[in-house]
Amino acid sequence: MVEKALFTILLEGVFVKNFLLIQFLGLCSFVGVTKDVKSASGMSGAVVFVMALAATVSFVLFNYVLVPLKLEFLRTIAFIVVIAALVQLVEFIVRKHVPALYRSLGIYLPLITTNCAVLGAVLLNVMNDYNFIQSVTFGVAAGLGYTVAMLMMAGIRERSNIVNVPKAVGRGVTYALFVATIMSMSFVNFFGVIPLD
Amino acid sequence: MTDVLVNSIAVLAGLGFAVGAMLVAASRIFKIDSNPLIDEVAELLPGANCGGCGYAGCAACAEAIVESGAPINSCPVGGFDTAKEIGALMGQEVTESEPEYPFVRCNGGKSCVTLFDYEGVDGCKAALMLCDSRKGCSYGCLGLGTCVRACQFDALSMGEDGFPHVNKNLCTSCGNCIAACPNEILTFAKDSEKVHVLCRSHDKGKQVKAVCENGCIGCKKCEKECPEGAIKVTNFLAEIDQEKCTGCGACAAVCPQGIIEVR
Repeated sequence: MVEKALFTILLEGVFVKNFLLIQFLGLCSFVGVTKDVKSASGMSGAVVFVMALAATVSFVLFNYVLVPLKLEFLRTIAFIVVIAALVQLVEFIVRKHVPALYRSLGIYLPLITTNCAVLGAVLLNVMNDYNFIQSVTFGVAAGLGYTVAMLMMAGIRERSNIVNVPKAVGRGVTYALFVATIMSMSFVNFFGVIPLD
Repeated sequence: MTDVLVNSIAVLAGLGFAVGAMLVAASRIFKIDSNPLIDEVAELLPGANCGGCGYAGCAACAEAIVESGAPINSCPVGGFDTAKEIGALMGQEVTESEPEYPFVRCNGGKSCVTLFDYEGVDGCKAALMLCDSRKGCSYGCLGLGTCVRACQFDALSMGEDGFPHVNKNLCTSCGNCIAACPNEILTFAKDSEKVHVLCRSHDKGKQVKAVCENGCIGCKKCEKECPEGAIKVTNFLAEIDQEKCTGCGACAAVCPQGIIEVR
């Protein structure tokens, strides 16, 4: 039973509750970092890593510090502190050990701090009463869902740069949001796969 | 009630302290031994962090100069003096190059037809996102002052005529305004380059005349008149080869639109 539940959580995180296209979290990076596939994939990798770490740490913090002290209402601010610190830590490690990746990510790395998708994933873990393994799975799944949407968007925008887009559709951010709308509508079809609760 | 208050403060303070301690420890563990020369070069740079050199900031520029062999005179703000000091530090000779200033390549302004009143977010980029142009000419200056705001040195100001004006005494040639302009109106020009075409419209002559009194109609009179063969009209727009141009002004004399400027 446990395995099946985990697989359901994974599917939910990637497709049914896709963070960018269904829940509309973290849209700034969705529009800002999807001009080419290279930066989109770098950003996605960093987000997957931070989401998995944040899910782990915040689970421990919430269940072993905040709940015993009856301070659940502090979760938002506490999680923000944790996420910001984790991003900083990741930045240190990447700069020391993978300087090439650090240079190619540039400002996108610290940008994850303010990425509401990470906070959303962590808060949803709490709301859904997931246990430890489920929390981490959902964190990873949310990151993978983010990756899927980012790569699709970057691919579409890279190709549409070299074709004639009708003037009525617009260009730049207007065009990106237009594409995002259509992608979002197509992702709604995943609702039937696993019923939303 | 007091319990909750004390507990919340204790938990947040504790969390902050723990996270801070972890980050301090991490910054020690993952410390990078950087070249001390980088810090010395960074000291000499102006510290404006304007990005005019093409790097993220002065620290990144210093690193590029020391580590990856970027030119000593990478910093346009510091100019020749800074380059000389860095050169002395690095043991390299520097030669002075002629300064370049931003130059406005449009003469439309009030004479260019305005299609509608724009009341959106103040800025050329926002106006361009909304539609192709609020002016009849899609190549021209929108006059909403994005370049003026991009300048960190107060060297640009929006004139009465709806164009940005460059104050050469304040300009550091960092290129921020050129990068900020969504319509590529601004470009670098040297002081020794005397003759300039004040238009960048590639539209056909008839179309230009319909929307703007001061636009290049691509009549090729200047191209025929130039004794040096320095002017070429491509895609209905005259362009000057500054290498060949002697600044005689023959082209400006025959231009029916009066858009060739001799300084």
